[in-house]
Amino acid sequence: MRREIPLLITGIVGIVFIVQYFIPHYPFGRMSDWFSDWFSIVASCAILLGALNLMKMSVLKVISRKGDWIYALITIACFALITVIGLAEGRDFRDTGTGFSWLYDYVYSPLSSTMFAILAFFVASASYRAFRARNFEATLLLLAAFFVMLGRVPVGDVLTGFLPESMQMSHLATWIMNIPNTAGQRAIMIGIALGLVSTSVRIILGIERSYLGGE
Amino acid sequence: MNEPATKHRIPEFIVGAVLLLLAIVAYIGRRADWFPPIVLGTAASVVVIILIAASLAWILIRTIQGHQAERRIVYLYIGIAVTLPLFMSLTQKISISPEVQTLYNGLAALPPGSKVLATFDYDPPSAPELQPMAETFFRYAFHNDLKVIVIGLWPQGPQQANLALNKILAEDEFKQMNLRYGVDYVNLGFQSGNEFVIQRMGSSIRSMFPADIYGTPYDSLPLVRNVRNFSNIDYSFNLSAGYPGTKEWVLVAVDRYGLNLGAGNTAVQVTEMYPYVRSGQIIGILGGMNGAAEFEKITDQIDKGTRFMLSQSFAHMVVIAFIFIGNVAYFTIERKGKR
Amino acid sequence: MNHFALWVAALLTLGIVSFLYRDNPWYKVCEAIFVGISAGYWFVTYVWDNLVGKFWEGIFPPAGAERSPDWFMLLFGGFLGLLMLMRLFPKIGWVSRWPLAFIVGATAGLYLVTYFASNVMVQIEDTLRPLLGENYDASFADVVGNTVVFIGTFSGLVYFFFSKEHTGAFGKTARVGIFFLMVTFGASFGYTVMSRMSLLIGRLDFLFSDWLGLIQ
Repeated sequence: MRREIPLLITGIVGIVFIVQYFIPHYPFGRMSDWFSDWFSIVASCAILLGALNLMKMSVLKVISRKGDWIYALITIACFALITVIGLAEGRDFRDTGTGFSWLYDYVYSPLSSTMFAILAFFVASASYRAFRARNFEATLLLLAAFFVMLGRVPVGDVLTGFLPESMQMSHLATWIMNIPNTAGQRAIMIGIALGLVSTSVRIILGIERSYLGGE
Repeated sequence: MNEPATKHRIPEFIVGAVLLLLAIVAYIGRRADWFPPIVLGTAASVVVIILIAASLAWILIRTIQGHQAERRIVYLYIGIAVTLPLFMSLTQKISISPEVQTLYNGLAALPPGSKVLATFDYDPPSAPELQPMAETFFRYAFHNDLKVIVIGLWPQGPQQANLALNKILAEDEFKQMNLRYGVDYVNLGFQSGNEFVIQRMGSSIRSMFPADIYGTPYDSLPLVRNVRNFSNIDYSFNLSAGYPGTKEWVLVAVDRYGLNLGAGNTAVQVTEMYPYVRSGQIIGILGGMNGAAEFEKITDQIDKGTRFMLSQSFAHMVVIAFIFIGNVAYFTIERKGKR
Repeated sequence: MNHFALWVAALLTLGIVSFLYRDNPWYKVCEAIFVGISAGYWFVTYVWDNLVGKFWEGIFPPAGAERSPDWFMLLFGGFLGLLMLMRLFPKIGWVSRWPLAFIVGATAGLYLVTYFASNVMVQIEDTLRPLLGENYDASFADVVGNTVVFIGTFSGLVYFFFSKEHTGAFGKTARVGIFFLMVTFGASFGYTVMSRMSLLIGRLDFLFSDWLGLIQ
């Protein structure tokens, strides 16, 4: 029963969402509304589970004094700080002037933004070291990147300003994005969608069971 | 990571201490007005450009000779290419792309009083690209008496929306407009569930957002009291940095419920949206910081998006230069090896 | 912005940037702070916005709000959410399969129809545009563009068909598909560079403008 009930749940819920697309009226429309509400609640519990699991792992690391346990202690302390402040401040926890808002603006935002910002350096370094026009396909990739990178900044039009407007960099970049890029993206999109449809059918029919894990 | 293989090891903490001291002097100095902000005029900017180009040429020569530039040198160049233009007073001409024009036309066609659903699906890392779009949109909306309903599928989204709103509403011209929360704009906040939030909104927005971000019940807000679902929304403007985002809005809201959708995306994901733009599922799109700059230009509000484009230009040129250097060296060394 | 807050933000920013030089304790402290603050941010937001705002107030609405007629259905959602949290306890963690199965089933059902409608049907319809336009009024650029999009989409799909060997005319068509895909990836790379640079510009603007005040 540990596997049968989940498979039954998957099948019923999946079929309801398929049917409601074509018959949005009662009862399928109502059932899909209920299921959407449940999804929202379960999704939030999944996030809470992730946060609590992280704390569980960090606490175990601190207790065992393994490796960089001091950093796990810092993680726990920061989690506790923002959680206590956020929960204590009530529904207005995001208002300007609250402790939570301060932590968001001056701790969370700078850290998360900088984490992604340093990728700029890595992308440049990787391009310098690895991006080689070894064959025709790689050259095509390189040229497309070249035209798009130059065409999407004003300097591209400055460099090609002597050409007719339709041949300037920005127009070339627009053409590349709207025509060959669209064609390639569309092929990928259709391929993924067809694969997704077949996987969804397998999941709903209970043929695909890997999401249940082992016994 | 490899340790720096320098012959003469400079005590790093001395360098760090000197930089910290300079930062303190600059911080105090600017606030006490000891010196003005740094501005590089046209002549100085040209000199800087020539110096950068010359040093890149020197790197090209060194790379051909077999001495590939160390990664920290590449990092330094990127840092310089991005930082120095922020001090320059050069201006650039921003040309409007068809996709941005289409989005603007879609907004311009809305009569005053139209209800616009602004969906904020991004977090602080994407703010340099999307926050200028958000600010430009709010200014345009308030100028043209569009009623804005803000929601977010990302938890940080509504907070980013509030940051943009607070900035816009503090400007003199909008203070004079006496815009009222709950009447001219409202922030319904965030709900989890990704595409299922959109699915639920298709039948009842109130059921998915029973209260706004401050806990005020939905029915107490005049702007949304009679907004039942997407059929009562005239237009949707989506700002997206990933999943859930524009694609989910297209999949669920556009094709199923007929929502009119314009979008602003980070540059990373905008390439995937072009098939939707071409098929008309998305009515125009703003792509990355370039899209933000074009949106500012077409709505006549020059702000950060435009200001940052000079740094963007420099950064792209440097990346292209490094790719070019790498390839020239590769082919030269390969040709030498074949002889 | 007050001085202390600016310096905290700046030092945290520089701590992360210091990783570019080499891994160091300052970076590790900033990383640990980021992990803890992020987890706490998401925890607090989901508790207030979803568990309280939707679930709790859906069952016990505050003054001025009306309870929905089928409010009791939220209890089933709450029950599933509770089962999800049981994953924290290894002995009874297996019950979390039920909400997991619910999520997988709901996603599979919704994706099946929406992806097929939006990403297959609408896209194919748009690819097969009339060659000379609806009223035979397409411009030369439009005719060329529509033809190229058709050829590119078709050959790209042929490339992804791995049930047949890529030889002969089929193989040549697949090769054309590869060319279109390379242009797509090149465009993606170009935009990725733009995106990453934009993020860096934002941070450097904060450091030199908001923090040090050196930019006009």
